[in-house]
Amino acid sequence: MSTQLVLLAVLMFLVTYPSRALGLLAPAMDRLPRRALDYLQLVGPAILAALAAVNVMVVTTDAGPRFHVGLEWVAVGACLAVVAWRRNLFLGLIVAVAIAIVGRAAGIA
Amino acid sequence: MPPDEAVVLEAAPAHMELRASRRQLVLEAAGIAVSALGFGFVYGLAARDAGFSPVEVLAMSVIVFAGAAQFAAVGYVAGGLAWPGILLLTALLNARHLLYSAALAPLLRDRPFAERAVMAHLLTDEAFALAMAHFRRIGRADAWGYWVAAIGATFIPWNIATMAGVLVGGSIPEPNRFGIDVIFPAAMVGLAIGLISGRREIVAAIVGAGVGVAVALVAGPAIGIIAGGLVGPAVGLAIPAARAAERAPLGTGRSAERYAMPGSHFDDEERTDESRREDPPT
Repeated sequence: MSTQLVLLAVLMFLVTYPSRALGLLAPAMDRLPRRALDYLQLVGPAILAALAAVNVMVVTTDAGPRFHVGLEWVAVGACLAVVAWRRNLFLGLIVAVAIAIVGRAAGIA
Repeated sequence: MPPDEAVVLEAAPAHMELRASRRQLVLEAAGIAVSALGFGFVYGLAARDAGFSPVEVLAMSVIVFAGAAQFAAVGYVAGGLAWPGILLLTALLNARHLLYSAALAPLLRDRPFAERAVMAHLLTDEAFALAMAHFRRIGRADAWGYWVAAIGATFIPWNIATMAGVLVGGSIPEPNRFGIDVIFPAAMVGLAIGLISGRREIVAAIVGAGVGVAVALVAGPAIGIIAGGLVGPAVGLAIPAARAAERAPLGTGRSAERYAMPGSHFDDEERTDESRREDPPT
């Protein structure tokens, strides 16, 4: 059983813990410039959106990355709509998976 | 454990009695726990699909304990992103916790240092949301409430579910037939929605996605994700604060509403003049 990623988990902890602890253990650290705080607030949505978009729209082939259009767009778009509407991530995931299952069963790749 | 009394949320409205607020907290925590169970399970499935072993999944869930970053790491590892890139993106993605930590600091400053150090490791979006909402209801901190939010509602369910997911995942033939491959991008989009509180976040997300795809087509997915994550926020900041329509910045009591039970904490009309981290007392 592979344990290589355990080290990665430790390293991820080391870059995560300071963000969680600095405010609680060294309260002066919360006095970052307003601009920096605003930037931090925007990083999460940007990275998550980039991850989703690249995962769904870009496939890597022997010839290099290429643009991809498929059923995944519909599934992920439906999840987005459900979460925005119901504020329920788990429900959104269920809808996305259901669309993928039904679509593939119907022969839509 | 006795509640903290040294710090009082003076700006909060009429305070609820401690026992009643704790009851409400437990109810809300149960809802969050169910969500963590479901989400943790699909994380376990996705991680297994990406080649993580059960030990590695458990290590991620216990040691990192950050759902979005863990899910993202599944994508990074599957995409072959080098570890320095993974760590950079993890640090950026989890940097929002600094806002939560800073908001809770004045409330919890009377707790022992070691206790606060453990509290910090368990600080997640959901733990912040549940705990801060509870603190606001009673007008002060309550360490018991924090532990219920951090351990009972998230840490235990999350770890149990991720292990279940990675173990059960092995018995699913052709996982993509069951839509396992769309779980990751769908989860990323859903988590992004949870972090959006105004126009700046929307612009950052759209630009991040667009730049990510464009750069990925030229330089590969890993570089694209980093580019999107760095450029998106910079463009989002270009929107003037007056036009950002910011409703509940991360780290404020109102932002807790997005993660816990909608409508259960305080009315929408309440404290409309609230600005960033107004909640902690002076």
